[in-house]
Amino acid sequence: MRTDMPRWAGPLLAALAWLAVACIPLGAWAADEGTEGAGKPGADWQSWRAGNDVSDRASLQRGARNFTSYCLGCHSLKYERWSRLGEDLAIPGNLLQKDLLPPGEKTTDYITTSMPAKDAADWFGKTPPDLSLMARARSRDYLYQFLMTFYVDPTRQTGANNLRLPTTAMPDVLSELGGLKGAVFRDVAAPGEGGQVGQTQVFDHFEPLVAGRLSPAEYQAFVRDTVNFLDYVSEPTQTARRALGVWVVLFLLVFTWFAWLMKREYWKDVH
Amino acid sequence: MAVKTATGAPARLPEAAAPKWGFWAWLNRRMPIDEFISSQLTGYYAPKNFNFWYFFGSLALVVLVLQLLTGIFLTMFYKPGELTSFDSVEYIMREVHWGWLIRYLHSTGASAFFIVVYLHMFRALLYGSYKAPRELLWLIGMFVYLALMAEAFMGYVLPWGNMSFWGAQVIVNLFGTIPGIGPGLVEWIRGDYGIADATLNRFFALHVAAVPLGLLLLVVLHLVALHETGSNNPDGIEIKAKTGPDGKPLDGIPFHPYYTVKDVVGIGVFFVLFALVVFFVPTLGGLFLEGPNFEVANPLSTPEHIAPVWYFTPFYAILRAVPDQRMGALLMGLAVASFLFLPWLDRSPVKSMRYRGWMSRTGLTLFVVSFIALGYLGLQPAEGRYVVLARIFAFIYFAYFWLMPFYTRIDPVKPVPERVTYHAH
Amino acid sequence: MVDSAITADDGIDLSRRKFLTQATIATGAVGAVFVAVPFIESWSPSERARAQGAPVELDISKIDAGQMTTIVWRRSPIYVVRRTPEMVARISGHDDQLKDPGSESSDQPAYAKNTLRSRSAEFLVLVGTCTHLGCLPKQRFDAGELYPSWPGGFFCPCHGSRFDLAGRVFQGSPASINLRVPPYSYPNARTLLVGADDAKGAA
Repeated sequence: MRTDMPRWAGPLLAALAWLAVACIPLGAWAADEGTEGAGKPGADWQSWRAGNDVSDRASLQRGARNFTSYCLGCHSLKYERWSRLGEDLAIPGNLLQKDLLPPGEKTTDYITTSMPAKDAADWFGKTPPDLSLMARARSRDYLYQFLMTFYVDPTRQTGANNLRLPTTAMPDVLSELGGLKGAVFRDVAAPGEGGQVGQTQVFDHFEPLVAGRLSPAEYQAFVRDTVNFLDYVSEPTQTARRALGVWVVLFLLVFTWFAWLMKREYWKDVH
Repeated sequence: MAVKTATGAPARLPEAAAPKWGFWAWLNRRMPIDEFISSQLTGYYAPKNFNFWYFFGSLALVVLVLQLLTGIFLTMFYKPGELTSFDSVEYIMREVHWGWLIRYLHSTGASAFFIVVYLHMFRALLYGSYKAPRELLWLIGMFVYLALMAEAFMGYVLPWGNMSFWGAQVIVNLFGTIPGIGPGLVEWIRGDYGIADATLNRFFALHVAAVPLGLLLLVVLHLVALHETGSNNPDGIEIKAKTGPDGKPLDGIPFHPYYTVKDVVGIGVFFVLFALVVFFVPTLGGLFLEGPNFEVANPLSTPEHIAPVWYFTPFYAILRAVPDQRMGALLMGLAVASFLFLPWLDRSPVKSMRYRGWMSRTGLTLFVVSFIALGYLGLQPAEGRYVVLARIFAFIYFAYFWLMPFYTRIDPVKPVPERVTYHAH
Repeated sequence: MVDSAITADDGIDLSRRKFLTQATIATGAVGAVFVAVPFIESWSPSERARAQGAPVELDISKIDAGQMTTIVWRRSPIYVVRRTPEMVARISGHDDQLKDPGSESSDQPAYAKNTLRSRSAEFLVLVGTCTHLGCLPKQRFDAGELYPSWPGGFFCPCHGSRFDLAGRVFQGSPASINLRVPPYSYPNARTLLVGADDAKGAA
């Protein structure tokens, strides 16, 4: 049952819709508050995005190389096989053996780390976790921000700390490439105990200390490739999934169209 | 009136008359197949004015079949056990050919089941389909819903991710609030002193065998009860009240071919949306497959925010809104149980919202808004203004049910037509 | 105004109705076949099974002359026998007692379709599964071990099939073909690779 809408309802709805659309740039402008740290290096770290493309095979190959060089020493990828890696990343067998496969491993083996878990727990306080699913468990952006926000912290046993995962047990293994940076914090008023106003430390900006072997842009690309690789490892079938999906949806649309024509034909009977 | 043509044959169907092969006749002397078809399909009349809200019953059946099929195949590769479950799921995702697809069909199917079932239940609230003579149909449907919740809860534990573990921990602990027998009951359910291998294995047996059998039985009973009374419709009119000389309702049409044909379209549209999720956003941003569940269960590390899967969050929000654990559990149970009383809480002389007054309409609207709001709140951390809002919406939620005897009685209703309203389409 | 829900109408086009019904059913059937494929293919050996079925290496320098070692490849026992020259000599001279002396009906790679059923005289590589019903034949390498004219070979305890030192089946055995030879190769002098015809690919 439809009640007739008043004549002014249409124009009112249209006006509201336009207003809603106009709010989008307004909202973006409003959200972009000038903070004290705005414009300073790293102040906007929480909005950094991995921006990776899993279908970029070259990037995945670089990421695989990065991982085996810098990460495999401690972290395993226990659900991925070397042969699968070679297949999906189009790395020919001999290159896989020569450049990536650790000595003594077969291509059909799962990607394991040589570091004994118990020793790692003793040295770092925690066993370095397997990274097969980390991109799905946390998110790609999380991994990207993690690798980009290490800073020097003399109070820590590893000499490093991290903004994304404060008090991480992981040392800054990429400092050789990305350089060393310090973090500057500022005091901010915050609600304290019993309704009193207290002080808390909030990150303000990074202070570059030592340059790394890579330029900032190169380091960013390095991290992006590595995160891209971890994204692939977390779900190796994802590119095939999306590609197949296009055909499946098209087929279903065709089927539904036939079904709808059939339905309309039969329902001509009904009055 | 029966269809008339020159030859007297039904003109609505092309010439596929039932061939009386020897074999078909042989079969029909031993099993009532033709009888079933003519009484339950071609001779079963449904109201002609079904609208969008009437797709969800057949869609629920389709999703049930999908879950059974994908579930059986998953069971061929899944290995239940605290040391093997998680790895076996990754085995399915990576090493079993097409395993990833079967897994995503099952996980998306679980959420799709609840979307479809909630819309199906909403139709009943909208058109008064729970009112006499369909009270038993409604009750059986509610038991289907309860079985479905149990099935989904146990199914979610099986991957043995960290959310599987902690979700199970929280929900099973709720049984501890039952006075007296609580703690003993919890240990009995778990089979151990905490959620453990024993719990996982028995949930596996229940999820794969026992509850699906129960579900199938309940669905059959649901359909039997439906066919006994006949379906309700958007106008809330009993179509059997006006029959033609052939004894068939004037406002009814044979289920087959009209609704079989229409339901196929519904199924097509459903699968398009379903495929878009399965192939492009299977996790749906953490709503269908939660991030913490991609880490193995860790009894020593609770995820930052424990939340059940989205379809339980309205009830979870009600649980957390109450500052007392026992009362919270009780009210959560009552939130689900309230549905059972609907046929007797509703005192309106009229079935469908179309002919009810502003009180019932407001009540239903507020209820839907609360349900969705509580669902959202159940996903947030239980602090600050979220808790306040949860309390407000929980109050509205219960008011919909328990004030119903009053507001439905004094609600000014509109006159109900004698014949259904129908526009050709 | 008509009273019932359905009426015979001039507008009913039965042939269009039939066509659309058939088109929808045909599309649906095609869809059903597409949907069946993943489920059916999921039963084929998984990547893990394939990896576990990869070729297996064996250090044959460790096998003494006249001895047999058993390894597993693709879930089957593989017998590797280091034949002495004396054992090799006992392979000929009884072709008339064999069912398939030339291995015409039996199952082996091309390089094993000879009297010795192997690439080289010294090593015999067989699938250690009786070609009757699948039991593991036992080694009976000594001459005269089973009966005076026994040239040495294998004896299956389940139903009594007998095979010579090249795995060829004797007449009077329930088994009808010779013991199977798997694909194998020698990547180097000390190593046997079962499951690959050449050193690179898998069978």
